[in-house]
Amino acid sequence: MKKRLKSILMTGVLAMSMFLTACGSSGGDKGGDSTTASSGGDKTTEAAATKDDATGTIKVGVVNNPPSESGYREANVKDMEAVFSAENGYELKTFYSLKNDEQLQAAQGFITEGVDYLLVSAAETTGWDEVLKNAQEAGIKVYLFDRMIDVDESLYEAAVVSDMSAEGDLAVKWLLDQNLPEYNVIHIQGAMGSDAQIGRTGALDEQFASGKMNKVVQQTATWDEAEAKKIVESVINSGEKFNVIYAENDGMAKGAVAALDEAGITHGVDGDVIVMGFDCNKWALRELLAKKWNYDGQCSPFQAQIISDLIQGKTTASSKKIINEEKGFDATTITQEDIDTYGLGE
Amino acid sequence: MKSKFQKIFKGGLGQLTIPIIAILILVIFNLIRDPSFFSISVTHNNDGNIVLAGNLISIINAASELAVLAMGMTLVTAASGGQDISVGAAAAIAGSAFVSMLKSGSTITGGTVLLAFFYACLFAMAFGAFNGTLVAVFKIQPMIATLILYTCGRSIAYWINGGATPTVSSPIITAIGSFIPGIPIPTPVIIVIVVAIIFKLVFHFTSLELFTQSVGINEKAARLNGINATWIKLLSFIILGLCVAVAGVISVSRLGLINHETILLDVEMDAILAVAIGGNSLGGGKFKISGSIIGAYVIHMLTITLYAMKVSSTDVKAYKAIVIILLVVIGSPVIKSKFTKRMTQLKNRKTKVSTKGAL
Repeated sequence: MKKRLKSILMTGVLAMSMFLTACGSSGGDKGGDSTTASSGGDKTTEAAATKDDATGTIKVGVVNNPPSESGYREANVKDMEAVFSAENGYELKTFYSLKNDEQLQAAQGFITEGVDYLLVSAAETTGWDEVLKNAQEAGIKVYLFDRMIDVDESLYEAAVVSDMSAEGDLAVKWLLDQNLPEYNVIHIQGAMGSDAQIGRTGALDEQFASGKMNKVVQQTATWDEAEAKKIVESVINSGEKFNVIYAENDGMAKGAVAALDEAGITHGVDGDVIVMGFDCNKWALRELLAKKWNYDGQCSPFQAQIISDLIQGKTTASSKKIINEEKGFDATTITQEDIDTYGLGE
Repeated sequence: MKSKFQKIFKGGLGQLTIPIIAILILVIFNLIRDPSFFSISVTHNNDGNIVLAGNLISIINAASELAVLAMGMTLVTAASGGQDISVGAAAAIAGSAFVSMLKSGSTITGGTVLLAFFYACLFAMAFGAFNGTLVAVFKIQPMIATLILYTCGRSIAYWINGGATPTVSSPIITAIGSFIPGIPIPTPVIIVIVVAIIFKLVFHFTSLELFTQSVGINEKAARLNGINATWIKLLSFIILGLCVAVAGVISVSRLGLINHETILLDVEMDAILAVAIGGNSLGGGKFKISGSIIGAYVIHMLTITLYAMKVSSTDVKAYKAIVIILLVVIGSPVIKSKFTKRMTQLKNRKTKVSTKGAL
């Protein structure tokens, strides 16, 4: 009994102290020193330091996820660095982390440092109220990119985001435009429940429901190339007819194509089976250029130019939420230039 | 002659009873469900080669990486009485090393592929030796020791890849991962056969099998008999490293692409399972590599059967689990001893009857 009481007391003390430290740290953040931003993260780069700028450089602080997250993020980060460059009249400070609290700390650091604009792609949708309010009080304008945050609209200038379902809509619209006599579709899904999977599945599911397209098989390969190959192989072995492969990323499309190749089924522009992928990796776009695949869709990682135009007043936002235009490439019209400009990775 | 016949029936196939029964049940189930399941057709692939196709080919082809890994895993299990859970991550590293070596040169020839393969082997053996040292020298439990590489392996692969999913395309790579022109059997299947033969030869010409078993059964006794137990354990991990390199290279060559996140994901669990289905004790000691190979094919036959039945791939794991529970329970010592008891009882009764008749 005594022992139990003691343990309860201990837990109480522990909880109390944690609460206090939590308060303490958030209080400290407000006063904040600029070093927190640079020490917290795994990668911090600072552009040429022109501290007292009467020269008119615009200071931009970018809080983003690290480029190692995905090919998408890599392209996103490169795009930001290219657009907000010194030549374009910017002074760029960046911070990359997958952790929300580190991102929050870095954002607070940018605010106290006194940037003109704060650009945020948050790791999590919650917890940003305080920091964005601080930014507003300091007169710093906030733009969200890629990801929305759960805060009041008044706290940011605009959010440039992707509409995930637009990607699927665009791809399915392209597929319908091919005017095939019948659509027998093998649908290979990404990891169930992920944003990309939901966005890329929705439009196709509508077609299945309306009966315009036939669902031969709909399976998730959880982004796994080898699994996608197995799924397509099992359909081929069953002898069922199909003429479209709709894979929700490039890797799975490649797996599917490997199964077709082994079974001697032609694919691509002049082939029997239409192959569709997503992500626009450079190697996938090269398959398009070689006319071995038919279509590749992309969730565009290029938001920097839109934000830059807004900052410089070249365009004005009609609403707080700006939907970034999605892209889709057709094998019959794609050029080498498209691959160089829009392709991800190498 | 008679004694041999009797032996097979009396002791069953020994350790191989369970995996063979499992595979027979799956075959019969499929024959009833759809007799055409096992039909094999001859077609031309898109490169114009004559190739075999069909579910059976898909099964033995897709199970290749698993079969190779299961062979190495059996050895590690037997020697150390534990399992290596880092083989998937290590294969990602080996695959990445293979691709990075191929991409460093300008053209891909037979020589560079061989060089890249040795490079991958070097990587995988080094990581195998790392695991082996932790287990054999520092006496850390294998699962904990290999947990380290399991956790960080795919990140290491990511560094090697430089953050992307590099692709390689070359007729040689296609030949390794798919078909060699003129040979209608998938190359990965041939690789499995070659690896199995190498194991057989090594066991035949060296005392590795005996030493491994004795270390697994009683390490102290083995040491007292002059066997270097530490070395045997370390060696088993290095050999598994070689198997990992082979599996990684097969997997990369299938698609000419390395994705550190998805390559051979969760294969470690399947490999351990294959060893268990093969009737090997996961506590070490006596082992049969052939059992593990059959185990690998059982797992893939199950997967492909479920796909053919259009079971949703999210549900496949659940169905797999049910079958595995059955297999493992049937193969458990409790059930086995009960079964043997019952059999002897039956036999005793029979002998009694027959003696009566003779009287």
